[in-house]
Amino acid sequence: MSKGLEGNDNRGARELGAEEKVGWDQVTQGVVLHSFVGESENSAFLKPEEREYNDFNSYTATVASWRIVKPVYNRDICIDCQNCWVWCPDTSIISRDKQMLGIDYDHCKGCGVCVEVCPTNPKSLLMFGEAEETETALANWPEKKKKEK
Amino acid sequence: MAKEFELNDVEVWDGNYAASQALRQAQIDVVAAYPITPSTPIVEGYGAYVANGYVDGEFVMVESEHGAMSGCVGAAAAGGRVATATSSQGFALMAEVLYQASGMRLPIVMTVVNRALASPLNVRGDHSDMYLGRDSGWIQIDAFNAQEAYDLALCAFRIGEHKDVRLPVMMHQDGFTTSHKAQNVYPLKDSVAYKFVGDFVPVDDMLDFSRPVTHGAQTEEDWHYEHKAKQHKALMDSRTVIDDVFAEFKEITGREYKRVESYMMEDAEVALVLLGSSVETAVLAAKQLREEEGLKVGVVAPRCFRPFPYDLVREALDVPSLKSVCCLDKSAPGGAMGALFNEVSAAAYSTKARPMMTNYIYGLGGRDFAVDEAKRIMREQKAHADAGHITTDIQQFSGLRGPKLGFFKTRRD
Repeated sequence: MSKGLEGNDNRGARELGAEEKVGWDQVTQGVVLHSFVGESENSAFLKPEEREYNDFNSYTATVASWRIVKPVYNRDICIDCQNCWVWCPDTSIISRDKQMLGIDYDHCKGCGVCVEVCPTNPKSLLMFGEAEETETALANWPEKKKKEK
Repeated sequence: MAKEFELNDVEVWDGNYAASQALRQAQIDVVAAYPITPSTPIVEGYGAYVANGYVDGEFVMVESEHGAMSGCVGAAAAGGRVATATSSQGFALMAEVLYQASGMRLPIVMTVVNRALASPLNVRGDHSDMYLGRDSGWIQIDAFNAQEAYDLALCAFRIGEHKDVRLPVMMHQDGFTTSHKAQNVYPLKDSVAYKFVGDFVPVDDMLDFSRPVTHGAQTEEDWHYEHKAKQHKALMDSRTVIDDVFAEFKEITGREYKRVESYMMEDAEVALVLLGSSVETAVLAAKQLREEEGLKVGVVAPRCFRPFPYDLVREALDVPSLKSVCCLDKSAPGGAMGALFNEVSAAAYSTKARPMMTNYIYGLGGRDFAVDEAKRIMREQKAHADAGHITTDIQQFSGLRGPKLGFFKTRRD
């Protein structure tokens, strides 16, 4: 059930709290959490899926179960304006080279901000129930609304 | 580069000035402090060193003691050598952040000048603030005079920053009695002092961009307990590091410190256990009683309040001749026996001698504790020893006006 962009991407690889529970002798000194495995001098210049995130980084944990409604993305309408990417409070809009790729459903909480800030008509992002199939959602996408005078 | 401070072989310093000189010599990266009586001159003195070019580090003036300790936590997590000073109400305002510092394993050094806690407001010395810190996870070391305030402040950096310890350290001295009393102090030259303290070695510092790190994480029931246990173990294990640092300090200065100081205990029949500047009063009283009345009195003084030296207190009290011990607490116990009494009694319970244990509350808000009163308490212990049972209430009050106050008797039915 790997949901990352690359084969070796460990995004959302475990449920939050499913990490191995080590004893007092193995926990980190001072409760420090290292973001990455080993040295990572240039991590700022890497895309998330290229970074070697530590098991205790939230990137590797999925919190999809917290969500009851989800945004669905419609590529056919999107103009790649990056508004949703800017506004998403959980960095759950995946964009590469200013092209919108989709939603990080491991960390999206379903807040709906992306839908709110989407400027297209009809919107390129809409909220659906968590159980809704993507194909069904896209098939039922609303038509362009006419400006009311 | 910081200028060298010219020092004589012997200086006349009070405890505050001694502590501030030690802070200067440690070449601290960040001092964040908010002055409060009676520790104000430590902060003031340090500020003057910074202004006059004797310190390379930063001096951050903050809006409160909560801000001071928070600044220290931030600077220490960033990866610097950090120190501050406080007393009493300021200490109390820091309380929340003290636990953050120890839990985050940040080796901050705080020179605490002990003072009573309000209410009623009082600026004089007692041990209320020191006692308030006793569960905070800090190492607490107690200086009994100005020389010790200087020596132990230098030792505090070595102990707290040791890779196996990495815990914050409080270096306590008594308000006014020690902090404002000028005495002969033998300082080390700047280069010798700094060599002893050594360069700061950061651990998991936030300014190490090659290994990004999160400090101050939240843990709930599945992780919190293990982290606290690891922290407690580090504090308990710091005992050997403290011993080693004291031994090394003796090598360069000839001045010897132990986690528990013990005076005339070899053949003692009765003993006083107490902390701070009163130790010297008690030792003088014991010497006089031995000469004048032939009373075999000893004194035990935990130099290290935390980690509590259960091992060495027990060793000091495990004297076959010992019959009666009085623990003196210079802090209002708030509905209990004094903390020192409770902890020393617990250690004494596992000795063969099992002396009778009694408790005096004394010196609150700076009430004087003189040699005559120390002698009276020692004679009273001798009366317990002769009678074979505690002849007074178990908890009593020294130097208190009004009807005699006391609590609990030994059950003898």
